[in-house]
Amino acid sequence: MTATSATAPQTRGQAPPLSSRVGIGEGIAQSFTLAWRTVVQVRHNPWELGDFSIQPIMFVLLFTFMFGGAIAGDWQSYLTFMLPGMIVMNMLFVTLYVGQGLNTDLTKGVFDRLRSLPIARWAPLAGRILADQVKQIWSIILVLGVGMVLGFRLGNGITGMLGATALLLAFALAFSWVGVVVGIMAKDPERVQIYGFTALFPITMVSNVFVPVETLPGWLETVVDANPVSTIADAVRGLMLTGAEAGPIIETLLWAGGIAVVFAPLSVWMFKRRT
Amino acid sequence: MHAPQAAYAVQADGLVKRFGETVALDGIDLGVRTGTVLGLLGPNGAGKTTAVRVLSTLLTPDSGHATVGGYDISTEAHQIRQLIGLTGQYAAVDESLTGFENLLLIGRLLGMERSEAKARARELLAEFDLSDAGGRAAKTYSGGMRRRLDLSASLVGRPRILYLDEPTTGLDPRVRLELWALIRRLVADGVTVLLTTQYLEEADELADDIIVIDHGKVIASGTPAQLKAATGTQTLAVRPSDPSHVATVRAVVAELSSTQPEVNGSLVTAPVSDPAVLPAAVRRLDDAGVVVTELTLRSASLDEVFLSLTGHPTERNEAHSGAA
Ligand SMILES: Nc1ncnc2c1ncn2[C@@H]1O[C@H](COP(=O)(O)OP(=O)(O)OP(=O)(O)O)[C@@H](O)[C@H]1O
Ligand SMILES: [Mg+2]
Repeated sequence: MTATSATAPQTRGQAPPLSSRVGIGEGIAQSFTLAWRTVVQVRHNPWELGDFSIQPIMFVLLFTFMFGGAIAGDWQSYLTFMLPGMIVMNMLFVTLYVGQGLNTDLTKGVFDRLRSLPIARWAPLAGRILADQVKQIWSIILVLGVGMVLGFRLGNGITGMLGATALLLAFALAFSWVGVVVGIMAKDPERVQIYGFTALFPITMVSNVFVPVETLPGWLETVVDANPVSTIADAVRGLMLTGAEAGPIIETLLWAGGIAVVFAPLSVWMFKRRT
Repeated sequence: MHAPQAAYAVQADGLVKRFGETVALDGIDLGVRTGTVLGLLGPNGAGKTTAVRVLSTLLTPDSGHATVGGYDISTEAHQIRQLIGLTGQYAAVDESLTGFENLLLIGRLLGMERSEAKARARELLAEFDLSDAGGRAAKTYSGGMRRRLDLSASLVGRPRILYLDEPTTGLDPRVRLELWALIRRLVADGVTVLLTTQYLEEADELADDIIVIDHGKVIASGTPAQLKAATGTQTLAVRPSDPSHVATVRAVVAELSSTQPEVNGSLVTAPVSDPAVLPAAVRRLDDAGVVVTELTLRSASLDEVFLSLTGHPTERNEAHSGAA
């Protein structure tokens, strides 16, 4: 074999001196390179977007027409009340894809390969989380789009909508660490969905997403008010409908910070134990 | 200081790694001479994968010390990652990407420009006979193709040191031969290889030096020839038709093999290194008037190698109850 063959190792003359650390900028570039995987996946298989679009569409239609009249008197006003909360619920469910993708990487050994490369230690995790923000944006557009076709109107203009999107993404970034924890805990990707759904479904239901709190018995109202999902739903409703309210927005950001502070180190710790 | 032509590309002293109660590595010493292949041989659960993961900086050892390319695994992991390629026990490819995209991804992560990474991906696909399949999602690949893609992914950065963890397990014999040829070509190009395997035959084919480990301990080491001489490469098995002749058979086999034969019911076995023992055995047994129902000479299985090295059989199932 000659030194020019595809498998030949770098000889000393060609080899650049070895670096001893990865810069932040390089780490960010690597995270984006890893996030690119998701975009490519969607390009190969656009149906994958369809797969996780059907359920939100179905939920919007179901709740609007089945329960709308009973809860709010007429379905049009229920749509206005419910849709922002529906977007919040969807955002939470989409964070499970982070866990699912991570679990696939872990069980298929892709993570070992990535960790054997001279890249930032945090890039594989960050890349995974970043990648799924693409899905977040898609699902926000989707639910909002379906709502608008049915007659939902943004009462607080385009800036309010952009503000709501930014807030949702900020919370999603933090909540993705919960997805990461589930992804590390679960034996296989299917179980990530099962665990995640089992935990998220009651949390989103016992909130003010679908019903006004005033109708609830007192003790339940206390629980619902304490639920962060209610807080985010309030913040998003304000931003999309009636005007930004500082209270719920700040509370949402505090929750996001708190979740990140607890679950990011926890997932890194669990990650070290699993690998 | 970190001269690439140092005598040893990989050197480990007293590596210990525990997982809870399990002691996966129990004080492993090893050295891979630069430009050669070291075969790490051992049964399921011996600690092969753990050793590879420690030496490729994926795991930190509980104690012990190792250098790779002259760099310390505990303080200079980042430099080591620039020198090594890792092909893990299970093909680590992103199944939703095409073969080409898998290689492109690695190239980009290694800091190559887009055009350079693409050229490198094409070059490797051609080298590994995957050009036609390069545009297909890796989930459609056969086991052999996946392995080749996995191997080429570990070569994108032209590593000087390559770890191969059971590269041919689960492959059919033809694909195994192809992979052996590929590995030989890498070695001819000057790559240093640490290869783990469960097959004595594979270590014999590819390795310059062999280390046998069991329960996280090195139980034998040497060149393939030395190990074969020490363990016998083949097993002579004789079963007399009349069980009362076992003692006679045992004496004959002991003399021919110069070892203490194993007796299992009426079956007498012993490791031998000279195939000429077979006709000799036939003559001696005939002279002694012993009629046999079974008289075979077969290659020693790994179990028998272990038996002769350790004096105890491998405890495959017991040792393999943990995570893969
Ligand atoms: N992450 C882990 N957690 C707990 N135990 C582990 C872990 N990794 C390995 N072990 C245990 O350590 C021991 C050595 O495992 P290792 O995977 O290194 O063996 P091996 O020689 O590669 O086996 P195989 O031939 O099956 O691949 C086994 O008993 C295994 O169960
Ligand atoms: Mg193994």
